Amino acid sequence: MAEEKRLMKGNEAMGEAAVRAGCTAYFGYPITPQNELTAYMAKHMLEQKRVFIQAESEVSAINMVYGAAATGARSMTSSSSPGISLKQEGISYACGADVPCVVINVARSGPGLGGISPGQGDYFQSTKGGGHGDYYHIVLAPKSVQESADLTYEAFDLADKWRMPVMVLADGMIGQMMEGVVLPRKRDLSELPKKPWAVGDSAGRELNHVDSTHLVPDEFEATNRARFKRYDEIKAAETRYEEQNIADAELILVAYGTSARVCLGAMEQARALGLKVGLFRPITLWPFPEQRLAELAGKGAKFLTVEMSMGQMVDDVRLHTHGKAEVFFYGRCGGNIPTEEDVLTEIRRILKK
Amino acid sequence: MELIYGHPKSLKPIQTKYCPGCGHGVIHRLITEVIDELGVQTKAIIMNPVGCSIWASLYFDFDSVQVPHGRTPAGATGIKRMKPDNLVICYQGDGDLAAIGTAEMIHAANRGEKFTTIFVNNAIYGMTGGQMAPTTLVGQKATTAPNGRDPIEAGMGYPIQVVELLSSLGGTKYLARGAVNNAANTRKTKQYIKKAFEAQLRGEGFTMVEILSQCPTNWAMEPRESVDWLEGNMIPFYKLGEIKNTLEGSAQ
Repeated sequence: MAEEKRLMKGNEAMGEAAVRAGCTAYFGYPITPQNELTAYMAKHMLEQKRVFIQAESEVSAINMVYGAAATGARSMTSSSSPGISLKQEGISYACGADVPCVVINVARSGPGLGGISPGQGDYFQSTKGGGHGDYYHIVLAPKSVQESADLTYEAFDLADKWRMPVMVLADGMIGQMMEGVVLPRKRDLSELPKKPWAVGDSAGRELNHVDSTHLVPDEFEATNRARFKRYDEIKAAETRYEEQNIADAELILVAYGTSARVCLGAMEQARALGLKVGLFRPITLWPFPEQRLAELAGKGAKFLTVEMSMGQMVDDVRLHTHGKAEVFFYGRCGGNIPTEEDVLTEIRRILKK
Repeated sequence: MELIYGHPKSLKPIQTKYCPGCGHGVIHRLITEVIDELGVQTKAIIMNPVGCSIWASLYFDFDSVQVPHGRTPAGATGIKRMKPDNLVICYQGDGDLAAIGTAEMIHAANRGEKFTTIFVNNAIYGMTGGQMAPTTLVGQKATTAPNGRDPIEAGMGYPIQVVELLSSLGGTKYLARGAVNNAANTRKTKQYIKKAFEAQLRGEGFTMVEILSQCPTNWAMEPRESVDWLEGNMIPFYKLGEIKNTLEGSAQ
């Protein structure tokens, strides 16, 4: 029987999706604007006799996630920007030890303590290896409550498939707003993938060590090279984006998450005025849809990147359009959200119409 | 002929990288002897520490997980909660446990996490080369306390008595302090470890054995001198014995 549509807050929809995906261990620490997610997990994980701990810090929470995941459990934490900064040490270790887990960032505006309003200033720390060392991990950017649930659910599969942390980069808008959502099917824990590398109950098998320590340079280099080979496979298999009205576009808006929602409205208004505007929305921020963007850059269209930051993803847009297209930027920050009218004004300025 | 004493099965038969006179090797041996006696080698998981004993997984013949410096109790929390019938052992030094990882330690202990912490207190940072530890004694020299630990003028604070500090927390069930500077203390320490592991396997609550251990290299002493220094300087301040025992069936 198909699930019925329910009205849910993004934070709660992500929590329910995680439970349904087979998350058996959740560790969190209070921070706005993701608190409903931690509270949801407290209620529902404990009800289902799964593990929930309110940790003493974000640092501890991510290390609890790492420990639980090392035993093979589907394990998750959630936080918001300053808390994600604190988790970066643990994320680096998880990437170094190939430990799959899910990290949800309901991002707010920064730097510093900043504000509790939505922001997209975490693009760099999410996509460029926010901790120390050479690594990347998958980053998924939902634009709606429905997609936040779908991508959270899928994040667990991707984490297990590629043995790495997967981050869902939402923002305070996605986390706090209510929308209709059809939730994915609840997984039976017995159908989750087996993890022969996990620790515990070692009888009858070789020992397992979940470890990122390498003190022999040549061995360490080989490990890193093998991991980067896997990154190439991920780029080929998992890059995702959405395109609208691209074929005849003179100006292509590039935006993710909440900004993409705003851009969709701006594009429709522009089209109503007869302006040839399209929308390119990366869904995976890592791997970034660099190849497709490079193809589009050769076709004469200009690009306008819209972000709730001073401009972070725009660096990738410039990098992957290789100077073959003019790239403009429009951003709001400090917790402000661009309006459709703001973006339309920018579109008209660029197209001189 | 019956073999009555030999190399522990849970300890790999390889030479360690530890310095002459270091206490780590003895402590590794005590842990593995107890594991063998309890027959839980395939249920054991050791948390690899950051410090001289970072090579723990080379020596211990069971599964291991390595976490960032100080985060051992948090990582072990995740493991033990998912694997309650496994024997989870945290192996931490004084800098790891009582400096960078103080928050993780106190909260894991307070939650009554059901793993066992083996806390190796040698009053100095070993691997990084002799810096002042939270447990460095007043007046004891270190590369970062060249004139000796000076709690007042230089504001270096006082040595932390970890098991006493943790004893007020409701989640702690068994807190003992032993030493490996002589045979008598070593034998007693083994008994503490055994009690702690048995309590863990019964699922009673947080257990810790602090072990005073010598570091001749960073104390700039001969091994022989270092065991005497431990006896004369550390034991008077860090009292040996069962500091807290609220295990079921045990009289306090």
